[in-house]
Amino acid sequence: MTTAHLVLADGTVFTGRGVGAPGVAVGEVVFNTSMTGYQEIISDPSYAGQIVTMTAPHIGNYGVNEADLQRTTPALAGLVMRAVSRTPSSWRSQGSLPSYLESCDIVAITEVDTRRLTRHIRSHGAMAAALGSDREVGELRLLAERHGSMSGRNLAETVSVAQPGMYPAEGATRAAVVALDLGMKRDILSQLQRRGIEVEVVPAATATADVLQRRPDGVFLSNGPGDPEPVTAAIATVEGLLDRVPVFGICLGHQILGLALGAATYKLPFGHHGGNHPVQRLADGSVSITAQNHGFAVDLWSLSPAEPTAATGELPGRDLLPEQVDTAFGPVVPTHQNLNDGTLEGLACTGIPAFSVQYHPEAAPGPNDATELFDQFAHMIGAGDATA
Amino acid sequence: MPRRDDLETILVIGSGPIVIGQACEFDYSGTQAVKVLRGDGYRVVLVNSNPATIMTDPEFADATYVEPIVPEVVAAIIAKERPDALLPTLGGQTALNTTMRLAAMGVLDEWDVELIGAGLDAIEAAEDRGRFKGIMEGVGIATARSHYVTTLDDAADAAAELGYPVMVRPSYILGGGGTGFATDSAALRPIVANGLDESPIGEVLIEESVYGWKEFELEVMRDAADNAVIVCSIENLDPMGVHTGDSITVAPVMTLSDREYQEMRDEAITCLRAVGVATGGSNVQFAVHPGTGRRIVVEMNPRVSRSSALASKATGFPIAKIAAKLAVGYTLGEIANDITGATPACFEPALDYVVVKTPRFDFSKFPTTSGTLGTAMQSVGEAMAIGRTFPEALQKALRSLESGAWGLTGGAQERRLGELGDEALLEVLARATPERIFVAAEALQRGIAPDMVAHRTGYDPWFVHQLLDVCELRHTIATSDLDEELLRTAKRHGYTDRQIAALAVLDDDAVAEMRRSLGVAKTFKTVDTCAAEFEAQTPYFYGTFEDECEAPVAGDRSVIVLGSGPNRIGQGIEFDYCCVHASFALAAAGYEPVMVNCNPETVSTDYDTSARLYFEPLTVEDVLGVVEAEQPRAVIVQLGGQTPLGLAAALEQAGVPIAGTTPDSIALAEDRERFADLCRRLDVPQPPSGTAGSAADAVHVANAIGYPVLVRPSFVLGGQAMRIVYSADELDAYLAGLLGSGTIDLAAGPLLIDQFLDSATEVDVDAVFDGAELHLGGIMEHVEEAGVHSGDSACVVPPPTLSEGVQARIADLTLRLARGLDVRGLINIQFAVRGEEVFVLEANPRASRTVPFLSKATGVPLAKIATWVMMGASLADLRRDGRLAPSGGSIPGRTAIKEAVLPWKRFQESDRVLGPEMRATGEVMGIAGTVAAAYGKALAAAGHAAPRDGTVFMSLNDRDKVGGVAVARALVEHGFRILATHGTAGHLARNEVPVKHVDKVGDGPYDPVRLIERGDIDLVINTPGNSRTRGDAVLIRRAATRHDIPCVTTLRGASLLVASITEPPHVEVRSLQEHHATLVRSGGS
Ligand SMILES: Nc1ncnc2c1ncn2[C@@H]1O[C@H](COP(=O)(O)OP(=O)(O)O)[C@@H](O)[C@H]1O
Ligand SMILES: Nc1ncnc2c1ncn2[C@@H]1O[C@H](COP(=O)(O)OP(=O)(O)O)[C@@H](O)[C@H]1O
Ligand SMILES: [Mg+2]
Ligand SMILES: [Mg+2]
Repeated sequence: MTTAHLVLADGTVFTGRGVGAPGVAVGEVVFNTSMTGYQEIISDPSYAGQIVTMTAPHIGNYGVNEADLQRTTPALAGLVMRAVSRTPSSWRSQGSLPSYLESCDIVAITEVDTRRLTRHIRSHGAMAAALGSDREVGELRLLAERHGSMSGRNLAETVSVAQPGMYPAEGATRAAVVALDLGMKRDILSQLQRRGIEVEVVPAATATADVLQRRPDGVFLSNGPGDPEPVTAAIATVEGLLDRVPVFGICLGHQILGLALGAATYKLPFGHHGGNHPVQRLADGSVSITAQNHGFAVDLWSLSPAEPTAATGELPGRDLLPEQVDTAFGPVVPTHQNLNDGTLEGLACTGIPAFSVQYHPEAAPGPNDATELFDQFAHMIGAGDATA
Repeated sequence: MPRRDDLETILVIGSGPIVIGQACEFDYSGTQAVKVLRGDGYRVVLVNSNPATIMTDPEFADATYVEPIVPEVVAAIIAKERPDALLPTLGGQTALNTTMRLAAMGVLDEWDVELIGAGLDAIEAAEDRGRFKGIMEGVGIATARSHYVTTLDDAADAAAELGYPVMVRPSYILGGGGTGFATDSAALRPIVANGLDESPIGEVLIEESVYGWKEFELEVMRDAADNAVIVCSIENLDPMGVHTGDSITVAPVMTLSDREYQEMRDEAITCLRAVGVATGGSNVQFAVHPGTGRRIVVEMNPRVSRSSALASKATGFPIAKIAAKLAVGYTLGEIANDITGATPACFEPALDYVVVKTPRFDFSKFPTTSGTLGTAMQSVGEAMAIGRTFPEALQKALRSLESGAWGLTGGAQERRLGELGDEALLEVLARATPERIFVAAEALQRGIAPDMVAHRTGYDPWFVHQLLDVCELRHTIATSDLDEELLRTAKRHGYTDRQIAALAVLDDDAVAEMRRSLGVAKTFKTVDTCAAEFEAQTPYFYGTFEDECEAPVAGDRSVIVLGSGPNRIGQGIEFDYCCVHASFALAAAGYEPVMVNCNPETVSTDYDTSARLYFEPLTVEDVLGVVEAEQPRAVIVQLGGQTPLGLAAALEQAGVPIAGTTPDSIALAEDRERFADLCRRLDVPQPPSGTAGSAADAVHVANAIGYPVLVRPSFVLGGQAMRIVYSADELDAYLAGLLGSGTIDLAAGPLLIDQFLDSATEVDVDAVFDGAELHLGGIMEHVEEAGVHSGDSACVVPPPTLSEGVQARIADLTLRLARGLDVRGLINIQFAVRGEEVFVLEANPRASRTVPFLSKATGVPLAKIATWVMMGASLADLRRDGRLAPSGGSIPGRTAIKEAVLPWKRFQESDRVLGPEMRATGEVMGIAGTVAAAYGKALAAAGHAAPRDGTVFMSLNDRDKVGGVAVARALVEHGFRILATHGTAGHLARNEVPVKHVDKVGDGPYDPVRLIERGDIDLVINTPGNSRTRGDAVLIRRAATRHDIPCVTTLRGASLLVASITEPPHVEVRSLQEHHATLVRSGGS
């Protein structure tokens, strides 16, 4: 293995050894705290444009297999690890991670003090970085500096399908859904199919009329990478769909729904990426441990400018959510909240059939605590009593 | 849901003495729980018979009962204290079983005591293996195919149906007691018979064997609102068939994909819900087929456990503390994660390091055991290590064990294994033994294919390849020049300077020097539950070799306390107790206590105990790493037992300031010849002694001293091999045995020969010396004679038979020795008293096993006093500011007895005769108005309460026959029937004691072993002959062990036991606080 460097835009240098493809990777560096599921993470389109640091030290232990891939070609920019396994072991393994990375042309680095990197990101925020073997540190730094921020880039359209595709329901078809592909994970698709839902996956920029013309029972807004704001076509499409067809969104899809309802989004300092985030369902106080992967969040206060609280005379922080806000589509309530930092994790329209969550009920990787949300959607579109 | 306000007083049951399978992890969990409940405003009543626990320190609970954990006694406590609720899930299997008995007796209903944490039904559902399987089936979770049976015949039918081999598992047991594999029907019968005996309800499960599958454990927490989280996942390196307590285990899980892991997670939570554990922590064990992924649930424990202590230390998530909060109504979302301070406890810790736990075995103390690991737990302790990678953590954990290995490679075992041929090596590779991991390394070094190693050991190939990395690196270090890169790589794989030096043929110092000049420095990382996602508030560190060090900039008030490492026989919880006290004492005096230790079971490794915790091995290099980061004012070495004491000289040499007694004084006390000189100079009498460099020498020396003599090698591989020898013939046999088998090497050190003081009373003393004044903690008189190791004998405070003259003499000798050794801090001395003559057997300038017991018996916190003295305070200062009570003495009108608890039940092939080598794993304390009553309590607490009537079997050696008459007579007067072997019966009959004699073993209707097996004998009094015990006596003692019949092997023990029987069976329960209150009054302030 050759010596490799990861250089951040602020000039911080991390040294390790190169693995995977040769060359240079440039992107926003983030960290993911999941202890299992590297394969799902690598193949999750939501990581488009990002260099992912795995905080778990041993990566590649159980190799790679076809079944756990979320998309056939990974979209992430690069991978940072502490200790990669060359000889995996699992009855399901079909190959080693290093050779998989090489075959997918992904630049990666191992033997890095990933904890130092994580702490750096935690205190300085996610930032651009460049990664490569046998490159001058100065050259990498320049690349990182020039890369700029994720904000304002329409990454979703770069990972979206080019042509619509049809995916049949498992068993009897109980409903048909159009899924707006912003970078959808395979496990979401199978969660829907498993509930007797036939899914037509359409490109991100599909117009409202094109969606409606397919007469779907519901529309699903998928997860996806980066900043939601520049994904203007999808936002417009959703605005047109609301009140005409039931809508369910996950992750980027949730943010798109928020924007379509008129709310604003903002960038989190270093995002949520991991499998252990406690999310409280506000209706009954119950808590799910959830999988998360996002750098932006919906700001509900933007729809109902906050008043300074009587007690402190200060504006409520983001850990306090408004009880309800008014939109062009009627009232919207927060349904879920992150217990770590109080951010919004879910919203629902009370007047029309539309709801969304910021986290990943399909898990992959992560706990399966929240799969009932798919049941809820199935119910909403009339495929309700299908028991998976 | 907030705190429950309808409860006021909560009863917590501890786990009693340390035994194999139930060790100080329950002190850790109990202490946490008691602190939390009290902090929340509840009145806490605690019962635990183990005086060496922190939880039984009087300042923790409101009322602390150091009383036997038996239903009758707990019932009396309930009647007295009227608790509203009982929390049964923090005191291991002991607390669960006692709770079930209390419920069955109707005590809980009678006094209206609510069970919190887990209800009766949930406990039953989890503990009854048959019911548990039914419930699992009901919710779609697979278990091994099985039948549960209550008779031998049904067992045979079941096994035939399932097909051999089968696994036998009794219901309601702990640590795998009574479990076993049967490969055919002949093997099945004895295992099932034993299992039926072991199970309190006489039920065993006959189960399909899943030997060799991968074994996993998940630690689950659930709250009253039905939120559930997995705190930690653990993977066993050793496959199914080796008890998890005896396996090398790794956290988090290494070889499962997310999909497989999440399925397991879902099942664990479903299991908890189905069993109905309302709140708290549980442990669910799984087996996974390595080739197909088929998964079954092995068992679940509806309580905190050894694994949950490990999980707490591994993740920083305090399971017991949270469990206690959940039990009183809080939900996970309402409790803060105190490591981050900012996030709630309702989350799943993310680890960015690897944790490895290695078990510690003491097989050499039980030479007749096979040394093979199986489904019944045999380890006596464990070490945990944290590293950034598995190889690093594994090497750290292995060197933490202090069993001679320097890591995966290097050390005594490597030499030994190096001598095995390839064939032999492959053979031992397939056997589960404590050494198997080293055997695997040796095989890989020899070029044996990793697949072969994986196949033979059952280790997952991923682990084997990690081992291979370490082995390949070993080769590289041995064959190439050390440069920065190689050095760094080696350090990152857990190699110590010493391992590297040995391979590169350099001095240890040279490697350290090279590292310094190349900048390959140790860094410390924080255990923060969240992989650095949030800022950590709690200073809990481990050492590794990375870019960034997170240890805080050193201040000038830190004092390092070195802990005692893994528990082992002779060095257990007592020393951890002392270290924890040091920490508390330092904090109270305005210092910042810094703990270094590697034992995950303990209170000392709770991140709450000290200002900072470094979870590190106790080796010179690792400790120096901490010293470098902390720049301490002083390092305390005298409280953690022999482990830190052994580091003192090297630390001092490296310029580290040692608190209290100097390393030179320590060496003076430890070196037998120097110590003998000192005693001569101080006019302190010792038994005559000599050393011998050869067998012939030994005979001369022994003759000169006169028999009996006590012989011990100064250097032994494995066993301690200490022996009392009564004649020249015996000496010859002993020497031939030891030298012939190569157990000892006289070239490495001579034989030490002491005159054995026959029929002497042994006395232990603990004292604190400040350079001018001595505080005599107390004089503890042993029940058993000298010749039974002080750790294995019962001892009594105040001394019941020693004259005032003897006591004054002991005090004087103690002062002389403390002065002569220039002690600052603690000193422990063992004396032998014969008539009015007092001899010193040994002096240890450190804390001893008896410090906690004595502190509880006298109300003086000796370890704290010693800590303050080490930091420069004088006893006079301490008295002046009230930290030391003006006058000492024990509880007025009361006698306190400490009784040892021995692991015979685990090592049934061993002969349960007490001797000069320690084999006890734990201890209990009894306090009562008379010596006999206190002993009765202690026996009950130790789990062998004396019978009140029935049949006693006696067999005494010649020396004890005379004294045995009084014992027999007292028994007869009390209505016992006496059976005896020929000689004993004849002697008793001649002295007009009605007695019946029995036949030889295996011969006739009065075969004593048969009588024991039939349940016709209630008490065995058997004192062994002088020479190696043989024949019948051994069989009889083993039978007693097997069938749990009380068995006494010393006449003094028998006398006191009989006296205790004749005491009225009245149960007086009194809290330590009540006892100590009488002390304060009599202390007269
Ligand atoms: N069916 C089985 N086949 C092979 N090994 C088993 C089987 N069941 C249990 N074991 C082994 O026995 C050990 C002890 O069994 P377990 O049920 O966990 O008892 P305990 O209550 O003592 O922990 C386990 O750790 C596992 O290694
Ligand atoms: N000279 C002696 N006479 C009688 N008993 C002795 C003598 N020396 C040692 N013993 C017994 O052996 C036990 C262990 O010896 P000791 O020197 O204290 O070793 P350890 O370091 O293991 O505590 C003592 O507790 C005592 O019962
Ligand atoms: Mg078990
Ligand atoms: Mg001793």
